[in-house]
This record gives sequence, C-alpha cells and structure tokens, in this order.
Amino acid sequence: MSSVSKWLKSGQPWIWLNAGAVSISLLMVIGLVLLIAVRGLAYFWPADVMQADYMHAGNIGKVLGEITASEDLSMERLQDSGYQIGPEIAQDKKHVVRYLVKMGNRDVTGTDFKVLLKPMLKKVTYPNKAMVVERREWGNFYGFLKALKKDGKILAEGEQAQAMLDQRLKQALGIFDEISYIRKHDIGKVNYSMERLRLRERRLELDGDTDPAKKAAIVADRKVLDKQYKQLQAKLSQLTDKIRRDSLVVETVDGKRIEINMGKVVRAYFPNAMSTVEKVGLYFAKLWEFVSDDPREANTEGGIFPAIFGTVLMVMLMALLVTPFGVVAAVYLREYARQGLVIRLIRIAVNNLAGVPSIVYGIFGLGFFVYFLGGNIDALFFPEASPAPVFGTPGILWSSLTLALLTLPVVIVATEEGLSRIPRSIREGSLALGATKAETLWRTVLPMASPAMMTGLILAVARAAGEVAPLMLVGVVKMAPSLPLDGNFPFLHMERKFMHLGFHIYDVGFQSPNVEAARPLVYATSLLLIIVIVLLNLTAIRIRNRLRENYRMLEN
Amino acid sequence: MVYPGSGELLNYINADKEMNKEANLTHGINMDALCRDDEKNHASSEKITMRVENVDLYYSEKQALKNINMTIMKNRVTAFIGPSGCGKSTLLRCFNRMNDLVDNVRIEGRFLLDDQDIYAKNVQASELRRRVGMVFQKPNPFPKSIYENVAYGMRIIGIKDKRKLDENIEKALKGAALWDEVKDRMNDSAMGLSGGQQQRLVIARAIAIEPEVLLLDEPASALDPISTLKIEELIYELKEKYTIVIVTHNMQQAARVSDYTAFMYMGELVEHGDTKSIFTNPKKKKTEDYITGRYG
Repeated sequence: MSSVSKWLKSGQPWIWLNAGAVSISLLMVIGLVLLIAVRGLAYFWPADVMQADYMHAGNIGKVLGEITASEDLSMERLQDSGYQIGPEIAQDKKHVVRYLVKMGNRDVTGTDFKVLLKPMLKKVTYPNKAMVVERREWGNFYGFLKALKKDGKILAEGEQAQAMLDQRLKQALGIFDEISYIRKHDIGKVNYSMERLRLRERRLELDGDTDPAKKAAIVADRKVLDKQYKQLQAKLSQLTDKIRRDSLVVETVDGKRIEINMGKVVRAYFPNAMSTVEKVGLYFAKLWEFVSDDPREANTEGGIFPAIFGTVLMVMLMALLVTPFGVVAAVYLREYARQGLVIRLIRIAVNNLAGVPSIVYGIFGLGFFVYFLGGNIDALFFPEASPAPVFGTPGILWSSLTLALLTLPVVIVATEEGLSRIPRSIREGSLALGATKAETLWRTVLPMASPAMMTGLILAVARAAGEVAPLMLVGVVKMAPSLPLDGNFPFLHMERKFMHLGFHIYDVGFQSPNVEAARPLVYATSLLLIIVIVLLNLTAIRIRNRLRENYRMLEN
Repeated sequence: MVYPGSGELLNYINADKEMNKEANLTHGINMDALCRDDEKNHASSEKITMRVENVDLYYSEKQALKNINMTIMKNRVTAFIGPSGCGKSTLLRCFNRMNDLVDNVRIEGRFLLDDQDIYAKNVQASELRRRVGMVFQKPNPFPKSIYENVAYGMRIIGIKDKRKLDENIEKALKGAALWDEVKDRMNDSAMGLSGGQQQRLVIARAIAIEPEVLLLDEPASALDPISTLKIEELIYELKEKYTIVIVTHNMQQAARVSDYTAFMYMGELVEHGDTKSIFTNPKKKKTEDYITGRYG
C-alpha cells in the first residue's frame, strides 16, 4: 500500500498521464494523415490491368480492369446481403475475398465498376497488350489497341499502331493545348473586352450621352474585336479539324470495337508492359496533372488547380483584411479605451463571436455583404451591368470578408495578449524620451507585439482555410469558368466566384454522379487541403519566428 | 552661465550672485521651518533649475506627498534618500510628469522649471520630457540595435540627417562612457549588452536629445558593484552639463555622488541640504536615525 501511495506522491503517474495524452494526440494526427495519404496517393499509381473470366450463376463473362479495392468478407454477411452462392464457391469456406474492379468503358457497358468475388475468377492473366486510355469524356477505357486511323483511313495496325501511338498522341496533345490556350486566353480576352465595350455603351445610354464621337469609337473598337474574334475562330476550327482527323480503333475485352477520337485522349499506356521506373514516371506525371490541371468530367477527373488557387488566394485576402482590422481594434481595446464595464462587455462579446457557428456567418455574409453592400455597390457604380449583378452576387471578396469576420476574434484576442505582455518599462522608456503615446505605440509597442499578431494570424489562417459551410453561401462554386486572378485588367477580379478545396471535397465525395470513381479523389484532395493549410501555417510561423528573433526581450 | 571673452559681463554676474546670496539669506528667514535649512545651504553661487512649491499628491484618497517645498540646483546632483515607500520616486516622477500615466493621481501645488509651471495647460508632457530626461531602475533598452536605441529620441524629434544622427550618437555614447565598448557593434541588438552597459546605453539614449535635467531612479540598484562604480563616475562627469536628480537606497552612494541630499520620510521632506552637512551634522533626529541605520 505504502509503495503505491509513494509512487503516486512521486509524481510519476502524472508524468505518464501527460505523456500518454500527448502520444494519443500524436497517434491520431499521424494516423489520420497516413490514412489520407495512402488512400489519396495510391490513386495515381498505374496499377496492372487484370484480365479474367468470371462465372456467376451459371453465366460466364469476361472482365478487364484494375482491382481498386479488396476486402475479406464472411460468408454469412454475403448471404445476408442476398447473394446466391453458386457452385463456383466451395460451401465449406468461412471467408471470401471480394474485389472492386474498375473496368471503365462507361460508354460501352454503362457502368465502370464491378464487384467480384475471388473464387468467381478463372484464368487470371495480365496481358502485355492491355491498354488504358484516359479520356476527356466517359472516363477510362480498358481494352486492346487494334489500329490507328487518319482521315478515316487505317494508318497502322497491331504492333505498328502501338509503336506509332506515342508520336501521334503527342501531336494531338500539342494541338489540344493550342486550342485550349486560344479558347481560354485569346478568346477569353476578346470576350472580356467585348463585355466591357457593351458596358461602356450601356453607360453612355444611361447617362444620356449622345456624343456621336464616343459612339463611333465604340463601334470602331467593336469592329476590331469582331475581326480578331473571327480570325481566332477560323484558326480554332482549323485546329479542330486537324485534331479530329486522328483516331484510335480499340477493342473491348468482349470483342466490341469502338473508335476513339485522338482529340479526346489525355493519355494512353500499357501498364502491364511497363517497368517500375516507367510506372514511377507516369505516377509523378499523373500527380503533377492533379495539382496543376483543370478538373474534367464534373470534377471527378483531371486536376484541382483552380481549387488550390482559389483556397490560397481567398485565405490571403482574408489575412490582408483581418490583420489591420483586428490589430486596430485590439489597440483601441487595450491601449486607449478606459478599462471599465463597457470594455469588459465588448471583450466578452468578441470572445463569444469566436463561438458562433460558421454557417451563421455565412448567412450574415450573404445578407449583409452580398445583398446589401454588393447590391448598393452595383446600384451606385455599375448601373450599366444591370440586371446582371457585379458585386451583388457571391464572390471571392465577400468570402474573404466573411471569413475575416469569422476569424476577427482570434486576431483581436491574440493581439491584446501580445500588447499586454509588453513591459511597462519599455513604454515608459519611450515616453521619457519625449515620444507621445501614439509614437510609442507605433515605434515600439506594435513592433514588439507583432509576433503575437502573427500567432493570431496563424490561428486565423488555420481556421479560415478549413472552413467550407459559410463559403457555400458567399462565393464558392463547383466549377468556376475563370480564375479570380488573370491577365485582363484589373487582374484581380474580386467579384468572381471561385473554387475551394474544402468544397471540392464535399462536392466530389457527395454530389458527384460517380461516387466510386471519385472516392480516391476525395482522399487526394483532403491530403492536398491539409498540405495547403500546413504550408500557409509554416509560412506564417517562419515570419513569426523571424519577428520574435528581432524583438527578443532580455530574459529576467 | 559663463560667457568667455566678456570680462565685464562676468563681473556683472558675480555681483548678481552676491546679491542673490543676500536675498536668499533674508528670504530664508521668512520661509517655514523645513525650507529654511534648504535655502541657507544653497546660499552660495548656485542657480535654481527647478522649484517645487507646496506640493501634495494623492493616489485616489491616499496622500503620498505632503506639502513638499524644495529647489533643485543647476548643474548639481541632488539625491533623494529615505526608506521604501517614502515617496521619493513619486516625487521624482512628478518632475517629468511620468505620474500622468497613472490613473487616479491628483497633484496640487506647483513644479517650476525655469520659472515655468510644468503642469500648466499649455505645456505638453512630451515636450517637457525632452527637457527632463529619465533613467529607470531596471535597464530598459528597446529591442533594437544599439544605434537605433540612441537614435530613438532624435528620430522622435524628427532628425533624419544621417550625418547629424551619427555625430550626436557618438557624442551621447562618449558622454555615457560607452563609446569604446560598442563602437564596433553599433548594429548589434542592445539586448546583448551586459546590465551595466545597458544602463549606460539608456543614459546615452537620454542625453542624446540634450535634456536640461536628468532624473535617475535608482539607476544602479540592479547592477553589480563594478557597474555601479562606473555609473557613479559617469554621474560625476554628467553634472558638468546636466542638472541631475537621483533617487537611491544606498546612502554611501548618495554621499559619494551628490552635492545636495533630501531625506524623505512618509511622504514628507524631512531635511534638505548639502550632502556634507546632512551626513555629518543632520539637524533632525529622524535624519540622524536613518543615516545611522536605526531604521529604514
């Protein structure tokens, strides 16, 4: 007994308890990141393509595809789910392995996943000729290359076709890049200028300005733009014709032949014939595509670059808005205001703001920022755009403002903490040299409190980057046609809607028509969101540490 | 003030001093008891910089200073001694209106700097503090470079010319006997200096804007004996140019560095006179008890 009480007294259990709590937290974080990372990153690996016959209820079918998931299932569960156990499975077995096979070919078969039990599969092979085609429409194709066509005539067949494929595809991709550049950049620019021209004209109309010179200028400008547009259009149709000429003739495992236009192919490869080095290369190419490309097919394929860009830009705008506002408020509360009941109440209110559910901020943002502020801005400054709203609709500015409001308490509290930690002696030292209170604040106190402000900002960024609910009301969309930052004056388009990683996860995971296909993307996007938040935080932490180093106080 | 090359003026000033002496003597008789010793002791060739007249100070309801009357002599060191809580720091902080920063302080009476009431409405505290510099008990350099610390006050005044800044900084650091130790690392952080060096840096910072009066609030109490000695030597040199008022707990220090000593007790000015007579021949029992170590 006494030894136990002695042990308790020694403080050892306390240390164990603390260490245990830390370990559990760490394990949870590591486990979470690991799970997301493994599931997310595995998606990009070019897995081998399996060909097999399967028997089910007396029917024999053929399957060609990647095994994307496998699980050990008890027979009871299988029977409970209504599965008729056929002769293919030995009755005495307790467990059975179930595969989820991605077979692609949605345009041919209607579904691109199939659930198969391991005992159903017969004659499993991994043929070197199995080809995977990533397409811009209808998802992946799994099958065999039969021929290459040009202008409807066969260019090469069999082995020869395989050898020529890379070169033809490269050419097609080059043309495709050219087309999308013209579409997005050149035509986008012309469209943007046209729209501005239209608004200018409408403005003149509203102002009752009937100066014929101005009108003539608009007409002349429009003529130039029209001409540009026609030229681009001609070039575009020329390129489209060129890319349409090539096509692949492929055969599914069932022997069905289809033709795939080369313009619709993103990538074609033969995974079973690839060496590990080639696979690693392809893996990173796919990974790069994921972070640098636009999404395809209702966001379930392609990259998520616009979402990364939108998230980072929105968080940065938020930081720019919340920091000055929060710091000024904190300076007033701590330095100038008379400490009394009113200030105490304000402080309580500010702290409570941090606990308000974020969706409430979203509603406030929609009601106040979007409809009230935005609506009035439109009425005052953009009457020519009416009835189409400019600022009176959700956009990145309102999102940043809403999140700035959401994170304001954090910044205020942290800054106040920092201000209260500046020793009195430093303030007195400055005042004794003839500095006024404002000069003391500006030259000494605020710089010394800047690490605390950065701490507040770090917390704010962490919270804002992960927030989704309010954004759905004030600016995030599933698919934004253009980034909020581009080459058209004024470059930063604060009124535009944007894509966001958090919303992308929700959208792909729960709103997409093809959940099985999208699931790995959910993990990959989650991983990316975590990485983005960590990077943003690390940047802020580095800045803070630099500031801390600069304003290090003498240890007492 | 000495105006070299003007013999006539010098004679005039000396004559003036003689007159002052008589005036003080006759005036002194009419003063109340506390002030009498004071004026008599100053009766030589001294000039008054600051005058404290009938000052009472209250923290909320508590009276911290009771009817203080005294004068501070130009280019002399005046030391305030007394037990803790006697009000000597409070009095010192009145001289540059540092008490303005404390809530619920009420000051009655007058503080005159060159015959101007420093608490008058048209006097700005920041302007006053440029004329009356202050050094605190604990060294409080700003977390900036040595150069920027000394430049701080000048930048506040609005001096931007780099050459002028450099010049004044060198002068101030030499004045504070720190130049040789820091001249090669002006851009290093001031926080890397030793305690004694920091305190001299703070003195350099204060004299860089050339105040008339320098208030030192126990400037050596947080320092080791050698640094203390350096500060004391420095005070001795500084009185050539500045009027110095020093608060100290250390009676030996008061005896060593000061020309005048004021002994305070419980918010009252018990005795004020030249240091030698206070320490060798105190007129009040309380003073004698304190300096002989019977209490405090």
